[in-house]
Amino acid sequence: MVKLRDVCHEIRSKNAGPFWVTFDIFFDGPASFTRYHTDPALSADSFARLYGADASMVKRIPVDDLSMIKISYPRTFPQGGMVERDMHSGQQYVPLLDVELAD
Amino acid sequence: MTEQPPAADAFAGPIKVLVPCGSLGAGVRESEIAYGIAEGAHVIASDAGSTDSGAAYLALGKSKNSRGAVKRDLEILMRAQAEHGIPIIIGTSGQAGGDLNLQWTREIVEEVAAELGTAPKIALIHCEQDKATIKRLNAAGRIQPLPPLGPLEDEVIDQCEHIVAALGVEHFIAALDGGADIILGGRSTDTAVLACYPIWKGAPWGPAWHAGKTGECGVQCSVNPTLGSGVMLTVKADGFEVAPLSDDNRCSVHSVSAHMLYENTDPFRLAEPGGVLDVTRARYTQLDERTVSVSGSGWEPGPYSMKLEGASAGQYQTMMLVGIRNPEVLSDIENFHDKLLAALYERTRKSFPAEALGEFHISLRMYGWNGIDGKPVPPDRPPPPEIGMVFVATADTQELANAIAHACNPYFFHYPNVMNKEIPSYGFMLSPADVPCGQFFEFRLNHIVALDDPFELVRIEYVDLASGSAAAQKEAVHG
Repeated sequence: MVKLRDVCHEIRSKNAGPFWVTFDIFFDGPASFTRYHTDPALSADSFARLYGADASMVKRIPVDDLSMIKISYPRTFPQGGMVERDMHSGQQYVPLLDVELAD
Repeated sequence: MTEQPPAADAFAGPIKVLVPCGSLGAGVRESEIAYGIAEGAHVIASDAGSTDSGAAYLALGKSKNSRGAVKRDLEILMRAQAEHGIPIIIGTSGQAGGDLNLQWTREIVEEVAAELGTAPKIALIHCEQDKATIKRLNAAGRIQPLPPLGPLEDEVIDQCEHIVAALGVEHFIAALDGGADIILGGRSTDTAVLACYPIWKGAPWGPAWHAGKTGECGVQCSVNPTLGSGVMLTVKADGFEVAPLSDDNRCSVHSVSAHMLYENTDPFRLAEPGGVLDVTRARYTQLDERTVSVSGSGWEPGPYSMKLEGASAGQYQTMMLVGIRNPEVLSDIENFHDKLLAALYERTRKSFPAEALGEFHISLRMYGWNGIDGKPVPPDRPPPPEIGMVFVATADTQELANAIAHACNPYFFHYPNVMNKEIPSYGFMLSPADVPCGQFFEFRLNHIVALDDPFELVRIEYVDLASGSAAAQKEAVHG
C-alpha cells in the first residue's frame, strides 16, 4: 500500500463559497494520476466516511492536463457558524495525506 | 442587454485590462500601475472583496480591509485614471457589496478626489435587495436553491441582515454607457468585473469571461504570487493573454490553467449571470517567457439569473484561552475535556435561572490535539507537549455570554484531572481572561433568481463630481 501523500506533489483544501469544501489533489505525474485517481480510497463513499459528507453530493472531476483530481462536498454546517473551527477549510486536507491506495 | 455574443470579426481589439491586485486594499504597486499604463491598458479593474472570510462583512456592512489600505490603493489608481483618462471598475465594493459597503467606498473615493483635485463621474451600482422583493420573487417561483440548500423559506429571508444579488457584465456595461470614470459595483461576480470592459468593446464573450476568471485574484495566477500584485489581461478576437505586471515574475501554462481550480467545485464550467463559461476545450500556450496565451474558451448564453447572498447574525460569543502543560491532563485529554465540559454546563445551569439563560452553548476546543476538527484522535497518538484550550460560550446577548464565562472562569482555570488533588492553575494569556467576540454570522442564501430583465434588481446612481453638488446629481438609470 502507498499513501496518497507519497504519490502527490500537492494536496490542498479550500472553501468554494460558504457551503462547499473543495480538495485539489495533484499527483506527481501522469503515471501516478492514471494509476491512482480512480482508487476506491478516493471515491465518494470514502469522502462520506472521512468527512461525514453525503456521498450522493460528492463531486469528482479529474483534470487530465494537470494530472490532478478535484473532489468537493457540501460542508456539514455552513461557514462561520457557532462551532466554526476552519473558516477557509484550509486544513481539511490533512486526513487525506495518509489515505492508503491499492498498490 | 441580453443580446447574444457579437461576432468576433466585429471586434477591433485587443483590449488590455489592468488588474492591479487581487482585492482593493491588498496593496497596489505604483511601479506595476505605471508598467501597465505604459503597456497600453484600456481600463483598470479589480474586485474589492469576497465571501471567503465569512458572512460578517455583509451582515455588518463593514470591510475587512482597513479604510487606510483601501484609500491608499484608490489614490494610486485614481491618479492614473485622471492622468490617462481610463476608467476604474471596482466590484464587490467594501468587501461584501451591500449598500453600506458601497457607501463606505464612495466616501473614500470622494475624499481622494477632493485631495487629488479631480472630478470623476462615479457610478454606484446598487444590488442590495429589500426583503419584500425577495419574498415576492420567491412566491412567484423564480428563486431556486443551489445544492446543498433546499427551497427558500420566508423565515430565512426575514433572518437576513442584508441580501445582495451578484452583478453580471450587463450592469457594468450600462455604467460604462453612462460615461462613468469610476464604477463602484455592489456585490459582483469576480469574473464580471474584469470581463465587462472587453465585452463592452465587442470582444467575444468566451475569452473575455475566461480572462476575467483567470485574473480575478490578480497575481495569484502567476508562477510566484509573492512577486508583485497584479496582472495584465489582453483580450483578443480568438482568445486572451495573461502576464504579470512585475518583470521578475512570470505566468506559466500550469499556473494559469491551475487557477481555474481555485475556490470552485468545477474547474471547467462556471455559471455566471446569463450563461456558462465553458473552458473544457481551452488550450494554453506559453507565448513568451512571461506570457500565456489561451484559446478555445466558450460561452453558452442561457436564461438570465443572478445569485443571491444573504447574511444573518447569530448569537453572541465570549472566549477564554489557557495553555496546559500538566502531564496528567495531557495523558488523558479526551477524558479531561469531557469531564470539564460537563462541569462547565452544570456550573452555568446552577449560576443562572433557566429562563435567564435561554438557549446557550459551551464548547472547549483543544488546540494542539483536535482543535480543528474536534474528532476523536487515534488511540496510538502520543500526547502533545502542551495544548491551548479555548472556551467559547454562546448566548442570546453579549452580557449573558460574558456572564457565563465569568461563572465558568474558576473551573476553566483550576479544574484538576484527578479530583481531590491540589488545584492546578492553567496558563491564562490575558487579563481580563474573557474576550467578548460579538455575534457570529452565517450565509443563509445560496439561491438563484431567474429574471426577464437583468436590471430588475439593480439600480445605478451617478455622482458627477464635475458638476459641483454631488447630491443634486443623483440619477437613476434603467438599462
